[in-house]
Amino acid sequence: MNILVCLKQVPDTPDVKIDPQTNTLIRDGIKTITNPFDTYALEEGVRIKERYGGRVSAVTMGPPQAEQVLRDAISTGADDAVLLSDSAFAGADTLATAYTLARAISKLGPYDLVICGRQTIDGDTGQVGPELAEMLGVSFVAYVSRTEEISDGWLRVRRMVEDGYEVIETPLPAVITVVKEINVPRLPSLRGLTRAKSVAIPVWTAQELGIDPGTVGLSGSATRVIKVFFPQRVRRGETLQGDLPSQVSRLVDRLREAHLI
Amino acid sequence: MEYFLTEQQKMVKSLARRVAEERVMPVRAELDEKEEFPWAIMKDLAGADMFRVFIPEEYEGLGGGCLELCLVTEELSRACSSVAISYAASALGTMSLIEYGTEAQKRKYLPDVAAGKRLAAFALTEPAAGSDVSAIKTTARKENGGYVLNGTKQFITNGGEAELYTVIALTSPERGGRGASAFLVEKDTPGFSFGKKEKKMGLRASATRELIFRNCFIPAENLIGKEGMGFIVAMRLFDRSRPGVAAQAVGLAQGALEAAVDYARRRVQFGHPIISLQAVQLMLADMAIQVEAARALVYAVARTVDSGAKNFSEESAMAKVFASDTAMKVTTNAVQILGGVGYMRDYPVEKMMRDAKITQIYEGANEVLRTAIAFELRKRKARRE
Amino acid sequence: MGLLIDIDKCIGCGNCIPSCPFGLLEMVGEKVQVKDGCTLCGACQDACEYEAIRIEEVSPAATLGDDYKGVWVFAEQRRGKLKSVAYELLSKGRELADTLKTELSAVCFGHNIEEVDPLIAYGADKVYLVDSPALANFQEDLYARKLVELIQEHKPEIVIAGATAQGRSFIPQVAARLRTGLTADCTGLEIDPETGLLRQTRPTFGGNIMATILCPAKRPQMSTVRPRVFKKGAPSDKREGQIIRLNFDGEAITSQTRLLDFMEDLTETVKLEDADIIVSGGRGLGKAENFQLLEELAGVLGAALGSSRPPVDDGWIPYSHQVGQTGKTVCPKLYIACGISGSVQHMAGMQTSDCIVAINDDPQAPIFEIATYGIVGDLFKVVPLLIEKLKV
Repeated sequence: MNILVCLKQVPDTPDVKIDPQTNTLIRDGIKTITNPFDTYALEEGVRIKERYGGRVSAVTMGPPQAEQVLRDAISTGADDAVLLSDSAFAGADTLATAYTLARAISKLGPYDLVICGRQTIDGDTGQVGPELAEMLGVSFVAYVSRTEEISDGWLRVRRMVEDGYEVIETPLPAVITVVKEINVPRLPSLRGLTRAKSVAIPVWTAQELGIDPGTVGLSGSATRVIKVFFPQRVRRGETLQGDLPSQVSRLVDRLREAHLI
Repeated sequence: MEYFLTEQQKMVKSLARRVAEERVMPVRAELDEKEEFPWAIMKDLAGADMFRVFIPEEYEGLGGGCLELCLVTEELSRACSSVAISYAASALGTMSLIEYGTEAQKRKYLPDVAAGKRLAAFALTEPAAGSDVSAIKTTARKENGGYVLNGTKQFITNGGEAELYTVIALTSPERGGRGASAFLVEKDTPGFSFGKKEKKMGLRASATRELIFRNCFIPAENLIGKEGMGFIVAMRLFDRSRPGVAAQAVGLAQGALEAAVDYARRRVQFGHPIISLQAVQLMLADMAIQVEAARALVYAVARTVDSGAKNFSEESAMAKVFASDTAMKVTTNAVQILGGVGYMRDYPVEKMMRDAKITQIYEGANEVLRTAIAFELRKRKARRE
Repeated sequence: MGLLIDIDKCIGCGNCIPSCPFGLLEMVGEKVQVKDGCTLCGACQDACEYEAIRIEEVSPAATLGDDYKGVWVFAEQRRGKLKSVAYELLSKGRELADTLKTELSAVCFGHNIEEVDPLIAYGADKVYLVDSPALANFQEDLYARKLVELIQEHKPEIVIAGATAQGRSFIPQVAARLRTGLTADCTGLEIDPETGLLRQTRPTFGGNIMATILCPAKRPQMSTVRPRVFKKGAPSDKREGQIIRLNFDGEAITSQTRLLDFMEDLTETVKLEDADIIVSGGRGLGKAENFQLLEELAGVLGAALGSSRPPVDDGWIPYSHQVGQTGKTVCPKLYIACGISGSVQHMAGMQTSDCIVAINDDPQAPIFEIATYGIVGDLFKVVPLLIEKLKV
């Protein structure tokens, strides 16, 4: 099984706080991490490799420091990695990102399965996985919560829907996105950490991918961000006073008055 | 304090800390409550290659030494001492093979230990033989092709969970100090069974059991080292493992110190956090000094062991005595600083205090170690005269 | 191609530095420089009063805009029943279509779908209905290909769909096939009065930062919207519209994937998305068993049971109860949050509720910032009191 995992380096968004007085970002020590959903994707890839044999390659598109995500991936079981980095890739929306990844995947050679996390915690769109599948022209299943079996070129999975789950079979090659319920990612191993430090990670630019810079990055994006602002948080109501029983009493009265209960 | 660890050692320490914080801390209270052996964590440690740390490279290990073992034990103990001792006792049980095993024995057993597939244990203590090691009664009678073991071992850490046991038994009782030998006994060998699991004050997730040998036959190739070397093997192994026990105590004390500082900063009484009270500050300062001194001593001794020194009994004993006494003091003071809340099982420090006591008792009771140290002092002074 | 800082115009005032949501601007000497990772969002360009910052771009291809007309809403159905999000989006779509003075159409795929007249009542001028056994169950590739086919034939300028499990998996494939822009999870949609473009506003960074997005050159402009974000308007039976039934050529479009089974999660007794009242628990509950207390309260109120993420992560309650950024978006009349601190991600899922009651022993908990009524206290004392008072 040749497995590819797409990862992204993101800011640790719980750390992204707004200073309510100045309405600006409090930026002290915001660290970057691997998008958590991508760690589940990688773990699933490694588990499939352990079960069926093969190799796991990690791919990311980002600035040079995104290499850390790939080294972390190697320390937790990926066999090799490639970094897609070029100033031409900057400002990409999901369409341009999916296109760049698709070109890189084609260049990497034959594969059986591409695994992505369900969404990133900065963009939150969840679009790159399905768009990537479309561009690669392969089958796609979203929100996979368990990979059950692979045989005869078919993959059987469970995928989450709002009111339960479905069991779906898809031919390979395919792209799947996974949810956090799928597994608990392993910690790195000492041998993995040692390997991660020394392994060479190639960097591919637009030129290596043979693509016209006008088709990627901001130029290749169909959408444009025209404004960025912080949501207003307005204090809406009242904190009840008095001892607890009388607070509860007053609350119930208010709710009854408003015909809410 | 900067201890000038190598890159490899730093990697081992930081990964051990991750295992401790991400996998051990969330479940430590439950493990203690249920007195359950931490198998899931042993699996996590195996996956992280932690069991490879003390195995030589030729047998699928990473070739670390005493200091690496101490670093892992300390980080695990900072989260939970039961987990730490389960790990360290397995190292002790394996050390007999590493130091005294034949090539065949090493090839047979070490790779599985390195992979974390099999845990080990060390069995010397008996009902009649605690500090008085020479009073053991378990016998290993030579028979064609092997030995037959009869007797009972008591208070064996990892008893019942481990698969490989280093057992010290008498091969020639009449020869006194040269009367015992070391053996490797596998679980499920006919005639080898376990007694009940002990209910303990602390280290409750660690499994402590009796080992019962009734006409248990083991093949000749399971003899570790030479016949008659049993007590010497045991003493030398303890010298090597004592820094590990000391590291367990240091980690435990460190965890307690951090909990105390954290609480003292948040707890407000008389309008101020209690850390602003000099009484508390002096306690915390003394606790911190003792923990750091213990750590520095343990690391220094570990480095001495790793340097290939021939004799380090005295230093080893000093590290263990000092660190364990420190752990007892620091954890007790941590409970004191947390006050009423420190007494409650919802907070981690009462467990740490319960866990600390045994470190002053096992692997050489501190009183015995102190007299041994004093003996060395006398010996050196006498030689100089 | 990228962010250009004109060092002649830059006076080193540093006003742009705090405007960067990603903290990538720094003062080097007396001029500003940008670090790696710039996403070209333009916040600094807006902040600079000296026009020293410019985003250089390749001019977009000629607009395909002119021959694309009409607003489309993908009306989702499940098991033959139209989902509420279809009506919510039609209400919004009607607004957009009226502003553009154009038609609103609904597109619906499935099999044995109930009456589709309500789609017209809620605002659609046309309904494109594809009813076929092959489409009975949702399959990404079939739905995507059929929708692409319809879009290529009829050329709508705007297509909106629900950001549901269905929508989020096949709509991106449609957008990719058409090489057009898609904006996910929009909380705001409006027509720009000058350009006639669709302004799409959505949360990013877990809800910490809002972004407004355009799709200037490609068509259609596509958006997904979470259920309960827009309110359903009032339906009008007097509205007239056309229902166009289309065939589905099962020979030409076959699915690669096979649906083998469906297992319903039966722990939800009152459906979270449809509930008028939701009682929700968070980390403050302490352990799984304590949800029983909230179940009691929910029982007395006829409410659905919800949860923030931590209890779901710890296995105290199934994922189908999760409310928030990676769970469900809800908009009940009354939302009672017990032991929930109010992370941005959770609030993103419930802040449009009509009335929010927060019970938490931490007066600084962020949930109080959006609560209509707040009780600072131990939920284990407050909730039993509440149950008692409600039974009276």
